[in-house]
Amino acid sequence: MDVQGLKSRHTLLKEYAYTRGDIDRGYNNRTLYVNLSENSVAEKPVSEEMKEKFIGGKGFGLRLLWDGTKPNTKWDDPENEIIISPGPVAGITQYSGCGKSLVVSISPLTDLVIDCNVGGYFGPYLKFSGFDALEIQGKAARDVILVIDGTKGTVCIEEAPEEAQDSHILAEQLTEMYADDETDKRNVSVVSAGSAANFTRIGMLNFSWYDAKRKKVRIKQAGRGGIGTVFRDKNIKALVVKIEGIASNLNHVADLPAIQERGRRFAREMKELDHLQAHMKEVGTAHLMEIMNDYDLLPVHNFKYGAHDDTVKIDSHHLKKRFTQGIPDGCWVGCMMSCCKIAEDFKPRTGPYAGQVVDVEGPEYETAAGVGANCGIFDVDVLLELNFYCDTYGIDTISFGTGIAFAMECYENGIIDDEITGGIQLNFGNAEASLELIHQMARGEGFGVTVGQGVRQMKRIFALEYDANAQFLQDIGMENKGLEYSQYVSKESLAQQGGYAMTNKGPQHDEAWLIFMDMVNKQIPTFEDKAEALHYFPMFRTWFGLMGLCKLPWNDVEPEDNAEQDEPAKVPEHVDNYVTVYNSVTGKNIDKRELIRQSERVYNFQRVFNLRRGYGRREHDAQPYRAAGPVTMEEYESRLERYDQQMKEIIGVDPEGKTPEEKLAITREYREGLYEKLLDAVYKRRGWSRDGIPTIEHLQSIGMDLPELIDTVKLYLG
Amino acid sequence: MVTSKKATITVNGRIIEWEDGMTVKRVLEVMNYTFRMLVIKVDDRIVKKDDYASFPIPTGADVKVIHMVAGG
Repeated sequence: MDVQGLKSRHTLLKEYAYTRGDIDRGYNNRTLYVNLSENSVAEKPVSEEMKEKFIGGKGFGLRLLWDGTKPNTKWDDPENEIIISPGPVAGITQYSGCGKSLVVSISPLTDLVIDCNVGGYFGPYLKFSGFDALEIQGKAARDVILVIDGTKGTVCIEEAPEEAQDSHILAEQLTEMYADDETDKRNVSVVSAGSAANFTRIGMLNFSWYDAKRKKVRIKQAGRGGIGTVFRDKNIKALVVKIEGIASNLNHVADLPAIQERGRRFAREMKELDHLQAHMKEVGTAHLMEIMNDYDLLPVHNFKYGAHDDTVKIDSHHLKKRFTQGIPDGCWVGCMMSCCKIAEDFKPRTGPYAGQVVDVEGPEYETAAGVGANCGIFDVDVLLELNFYCDTYGIDTISFGTGIAFAMECYENGIIDDEITGGIQLNFGNAEASLELIHQMARGEGFGVTVGQGVRQMKRIFALEYDANAQFLQDIGMENKGLEYSQYVSKESLAQQGGYAMTNKGPQHDEAWLIFMDMVNKQIPTFEDKAEALHYFPMFRTWFGLMGLCKLPWNDVEPEDNAEQDEPAKVPEHVDNYVTVYNSVTGKNIDKRELIRQSERVYNFQRVFNLRRGYGRREHDAQPYRAAGPVTMEEYESRLERYDQQMKEIIGVDPEGKTPEEKLAITREYREGLYEKLLDAVYKRRGWSRDGIPTIEHLQSIGMDLPELIDTVKLYLG
Repeated sequence: MVTSKKATITVNGRIIEWEDGMTVKRVLEVMNYTFRMLVIKVDDRIVKKDDYASFPIPTGADVKVIHMVAGG
């Protein structure tokens, strides 16, 4: 690889020198601002109030984005920003899952704030280089890379015309280019998108690290909401950060032994219990494939069904055979969960890299379910190939899977035909069609570009240009707020319907995953119970995004005596670990209640941010009916006994003698009514009005009565 | 699902037929509960995983099979 040749073609547009300084208890107390239109670089101080109210990570991202944009800023306006912030706990190596950073921007899919929680080393390295956040604004005239060199204390904007666009090559080129030697590669991290992010709205970002044991550059994805699209729209080819090396206490924490002690406890749980519980070290989140299928929760054929006989062909037993075993797979140093599985030495059979030996990061559950079962594709090799191309082209596998599945159902219903698809027969199960569409997305041509606009845009296009039934498209198009659903069937869990559609950013399961508590365990039978769960869990899980933490070590392994705790679903011992880790990093003294309060402030800020942009009200929390119940008779009849029984025993209507249309209508009216009651209950619990607007009293009670928030909610509260 | 004359148990609020010699393991099979991270209580008594195959379920028992949240 002639990286010096590539580098010789760089043009330095700006060099900014800074003094690095030491991190103090998890904070640098400054952020880095870069404007690509002006080629300017600046440092911004972090105030005590910012730390108190916004904590870090996603909180810092939201604060900076609010200040940097106007209510009508669009995703492709130069003033839109991409903010990457690691959070105060990020960079800790003594407790598992502490290497995350949060990426925030205005989304091309939703026109709202989007946030992604991502592994890889960039976030911690950004922090070790001297900054609590990177805020990028403006648009470069031509492709640039931004290089933050913590070893020299410089920030450079360089035109970089020759490097590859696709991530698996680009990340390798830049790692080699900026590392002094082989050993130094571990001190470089790269953020990049890929060629399909140029032409779609579902672009994502890859965050790299160098896997010294394998001598390979690895990547993790900030997938949701199209931030990769924003990245390429700004003509950013890549971000590079470089440090001198990782040491045990670069965060200069208040109490390292306390963190070490909790870290040892957790490591013991992983060693002793993982093989009895989720098998994260062996298969990562892919262990859920057969579980979701067994519980009728695995999306099949655009979320019509929850199971398929062929799932056995793509379950974790098959995927395990492809994942390298026995080498640690943490996406940050010191993570004992080590679930970031990789299928090495795979040969794609299509596209520009056909026949080459590549590595596939995953597939994780969401990818296997999304590009596989939901599209009716039950072939491990195809899953691996789609996973590889989604990653290197810079496409979110979740939006890709849900988008393709929607297009397939439209094709099978005659809404789109071969003329529209360019001859692609888009039936469920047609792997060749899915592969062709992904390559079209990367080339910027054909029907792939239409699919790459996302489900909401496809609905609009199909209704306007092809005279499709808009209501049917609304019913089957699995998006809310413009974001594609992630891969769980929520029909039989009212709480999960709220866990999806009442989210701030759109239906991503990282706010709340309540299906087992609700549908299987029957632990939250009343609206008040569900509302309490839809308060606690979204707030608790928001906290990971404030800290720079991964969610998985919270509950993908659980202490042996967890079952004997009062509230085992919360995993109390791990919550206590988190409180201890935070206090030991920062020197503060919060408890588990203040933990929730910290999140509540940021969560409500994000809700008001949505309001400021003209969204964030009850109407925006509406869900497509397929998330709640059967849209078509084939769905109804596939679970006929269940639905008829529910009609008789729960709705109180005898299905005997009813026409199929009557049964569908009765079920729909009932389920839609339940969701409205859930909205009422959840809004009340969250301190919001019936229209979903945070009340002034609530904002005051949580210490978030900032003038700009009060001014915004006043416009809507009447 | 069940006839009124037969002995039953309740599993997560759902009434199912009781079987002679029924154990926790058998309940999991009947319910197709394949998830591994479970907390199981029979009439409020926690059953350890090692005892699933031997723990007898009496008629009329209230069985709670709490699936812990993972993944997601």
